[in-house]
Amino acid sequence: MADLSVKIAGVEFPNPVIAASGTYGNGECFTDLYPLSRLGGISCKGMTIVPKLGNVPPRIAETPSGILNSVGLQNIGVHGFIEYYLPTLKEEGNVIIANVAGATIDDYIAAAEALDVTNVDMIELNISCPNVKAGGATWGVTCEGAASVTKAVRAATSKPLIVKLTPNVTNITEIAKAVEAEGADSISMINTLLGMRIDIRTKRPILHNNVGGLSGPAIFPVAVRMVWQCYNAVKIPIIGMGGISTWEDAVEMMMAGASAIQMGTAIFTDPWSPIKVIEGLNDYMDKNGIKDLSEIVGQVKPWD
Amino acid sequence: MSYYCDKYPIIEKKCISRDTFSITIYAPEAAKAAHAGQFANISAPGFTLRRPISICEFSRSRGTLRFVFEVRGKGTEAISRLNVGDNLDVLGPLGNGFAIPDSARRVVLVGGGIGVPPMLGLAKKLGDRATAILGFRDYSRIILADEFEKYGAATAICTDDGSVGYNGMVTGPLESTLKNTGADIVCACGPMPMLNAIAKICAQYDVPCRVSLEQRMGCGVGACVVCSCLTVRNGQEHYARVCKDGPVFDAKEVKFNG
Repeated sequence: MADLSVKIAGVEFPNPVIAASGTYGNGECFTDLYPLSRLGGISCKGMTIVPKLGNVPPRIAETPSGILNSVGLQNIGVHGFIEYYLPTLKEEGNVIIANVAGATIDDYIAAAEALDVTNVDMIELNISCPNVKAGGATWGVTCEGAASVTKAVRAATSKPLIVKLTPNVTNITEIAKAVEAEGADSISMINTLLGMRIDIRTKRPILHNNVGGLSGPAIFPVAVRMVWQCYNAVKIPIIGMGGISTWEDAVEMMMAGASAIQMGTAIFTDPWSPIKVIEGLNDYMDKNGIKDLSEIVGQVKPWD
Repeated sequence: MSYYCDKYPIIEKKCISRDTFSITIYAPEAAKAAHAGQFANISAPGFTLRRPISICEFSRSRGTLRFVFEVRGKGTEAISRLNVGDNLDVLGPLGNGFAIPDSARRVVLVGGGIGVPPMLGLAKKLGDRATAILGFRDYSRIILADEFEKYGAATAICTDDGSVGYNGMVTGPLESTLKNTGADIVCACGPMPMLNAIAKICAQYDVPCRVSLEQRMGCGVGACVVCSCLTVRNGQEHYARVCKDGPVFDAKEVKFNG
């Protein structure tokens, strides 16, 4: 058994595999298969200070090697999360990360203040959701927006702060540097790429929201490229995600510069996939005599 | 309710009408957990999303689950190419299924097209307590009708073109049944306009109605809130999860045009 543990922003994860926000809900729906303690951590379903109804369905469409989604942050609100889900999650899971979204800076501050007094381990700032009309990704597409939300939340909480970046920008390294400068402890990347599909018989977009976020293996190479670029631009640790579905993908993402990884869409294809990745990483470390996963982080050898 | 996710051997496969296949797997633990009206999320080789397919029937003693599905696109086509000896990657049984009170003596089962298979498990359970009204486009699309009869259900067939049985929609025979003999409960699965029409008739005759819904789905287990359906409970609108809160809903709670 290899030691798979990693440390991010002072928080110890027993292994580097985290359920990404969205497809895993708040973990309660998967305990029939395996205990939540098998995962390194869980990034909970994106939450807002006020509960949200979400978008009109259909909310999902299949694409080549991926999916589009437009859930629109349906959630029971930060206070509902704290009351109904957090106690069980803390008891059954390892690192619990609250993924927080908002329309205004005050929304983000209110959510962060409410979570600050709980035993949640980390806060992940979602400034990259493409599926809501107000807020969400509008904060994440400019350096000024990303910096101002990060600064405000940084002042509102002492919890370790991860900022989740959107790939729908011209230069993601500039955004990464901006949030690092305002006190982010880590960045997670990438959120979904904005996409669209049309039913050619009805001329209607398949998603009722018309557009949605593209995820799954289709976006993996884009994610690897962006993680690698940011690894060379900032000093804070990166949590890599975007289409990871196998342990080989996880190793590749770590070689590009990720200290830990998140898995989302792969859970739709196979709910066992995070466990298979953990087991695959364990075998990989044993076979290659790797004592600590930090030995592979950022170890890609680029061509000159 | 518990579910499993594993690969199970296909022990029988048949093409039962144009584009419609019946696949039976040996999955003892899943069969033990199954209830009529539940579904499974089935992996389509080479595709990102699993396909939600209703459980047609199950046998706890033989440890089998049977799925009857129509080839609608490339994913279901990939599943239809699997054969006896291959494994089917199944996540299930999922969802709530139909709850029929023991006191219900006269249960009307209405199925339209590929909404017929999930009603067969109920027919098996109910025997002669069930009346089945099954609608199809034409004679070439008729499936499973003889099996409903085998289980003891008084079975009526409707076709849109009148090539077999009643010429028209299932709502005609349903209304006559409710008018002439009455029913304790109606259970239905099929296209949304059909379910909407059935819900209205049941409301008119004051008969409880349960409908099994379909929606584009993600996880299948209730986590991702992708497969939502607008429902009203205690006067409050809410997006329920078809996979976990359903697929069977009280028709009174469903906003059919939501």
